[in-house]
Order: sequence, then C-alpha cells, then structure tokens
Amino acid sequence: MSDIRNIFDIAGRAMSAQMTRMNTVASNLANANSLAGSKEEAFRALRPVFATEFSDQIHQNGVSTVNVEQVVQLDREPTRLFQPDHPAADKDGYVYQAAVDTDEEMVEMLEASRQYQNNLEVVSTLRTLMARTVNMGK
Amino acid sequence: MTSIRDHLGIHANALALREQRNNILASNIANAATPGFKARDMDFASELQRVSGNGAMQATHSNHFGTAASSDGQLMYRDPVNPSLDGNTVELAVEQMEFSENALRYQTSLTLLNRRINGLMSSIRGE
Repeated sequence: MSDIRNIFDIAGRAMSAQMTRMNTVASNLANANSLAGSKEEAFRALRPVFATEFSDQIHQNGVSTVNVEQVVQLDREPTRLFQPDHPAADKDGYVYQAAVDTDEEMVEMLEASRQYQNNLEVVSTLRTLMARTVNMGK
Repeated sequence: MTSIRDHLGIHANALALREQRNNILASNIANAATPGFKARDMDFASELQRVSGNGAMQATHSNHFGTAASSDGQLMYRDPVNPSLDGNTVELAVEQMEFSENALRYQTSLTLLNRRINGLMSSIRGE
C-alpha cells in the first residue's frame, strides 16, 4: 500500500521496474561467457521479481503500479567444460560456464523494452490530455 | 451555480470518469509483467449513470448532485481472451486498444465541454 495518485506515479514506477529488468538482462548477457573454477562460483542468471503495489485508495480509484520486490538468482546448472589449460580450471581440468541462456535473455530484453515503451506512450498521451484540460474554456 | 453545472450536463461527469478509467488502464499496462495480476476495468455506461444520479442512487432533491471519482466496489475484472500461465490477465493488445479509445473519448468530452463553456462566455459577453 502506498501513495499513488496520478499517472506519473503509475507509469514512472513501472518504467523503473522495467529498467531494473533491463539491467539484469544486461548483466546476464555480460557474464554469459564467463568461466569459473567451481560450480558454486559460476555466474547464474539474475531475474527481478515483480509485485503489484496497490494505492492507498484502491477502493476509490482502482489504481495500482508495479515494484521490483527482489532480484533472484535462477536455479540453473552451470555447464561443465573440460579446459585443463585454463588458469581457473579445477584439479580435474574442468571449468564452469555461466548458467545464462542468451536466447532467453534476448527475449526478456525485447519484452522489457516493449513494455517500457508502452508505459512511456501512456504517459505522453495523458500528458497531452492534461495540457489540453488545463486550457479548458480558453 | 447549479444552472451552470446543469448547462455543462453529462460531459463534466464523463470527463472525470474518463480520467479515472485512463488511470485504471494505465495500471493494467504497468502490471503487464506482474505474475498473478488481474486486469481491472469499469463498466463506463453504468458508472456514468450512477455518478449522474440515474443509477442505484437517486437524486431526490434539486440540490443533490452526482459525485464523480468514487467507484467503490464498482470495478470489475477483465475476462481474458488468452490467459497466460502465470495468472496475469493483462493482454497488451486489448489494454492498448481500450486506452487509445478512452483517450479519444476523453478528448471528445473535453471538446464538448469547451463548446459549452465558449457558448456561455459569448452569451456573457453579449457577442
């Protein structure tokens, strides 16, 4: 529950949430090819968890927005590669590749940017309407 | 004052309701990626009747007037065409269509209000 009054609160927070999602995608892609010496150290893809945030006056105005509740690490197995000449290789000569599916990340990126655009479109439409309403009767 | 309000007619209430609906649709669009979110909307025609005093609440006195922007319990949940697995019922195509229609209708109400106000102004000035 929080104080959400107008379109700028609704769409602004939704855009920051989508931006957080974009940032996780960027760090996942940046680490997609990183190698680690053990399964525990290997990078695992990050994902934000979205949760609806309702307005204090939800029963009067029906307004809500979205917040990033937390960012979680996905439970994926890193790929084990046999690279005995790699400096980080373990005693059996294996390294562990980051558990990131680049195709999945690209889809996530497209979706996040589309939804960011949608929210931006909503703001610019309503801002125009507000400006016209201010000039009502002139 | 009431006669001016009467002159503006249904458009003043309609404009306030359109703005409220815009915010509700914006909330749906904001929650397009939230698992389990249920898209909401209002039945505009019956809401407008209600705030204009022709619905369940009757205006029994000439000084009674409808109050816009209080839709307690009047919001409904959208019936999705293609529900998604995570329980989210926001369909972007549907929401965008409703939003653009609502924005256009808001502009229509605004234009009609402007005409009424301009009519009043020119009769006040005696043009």
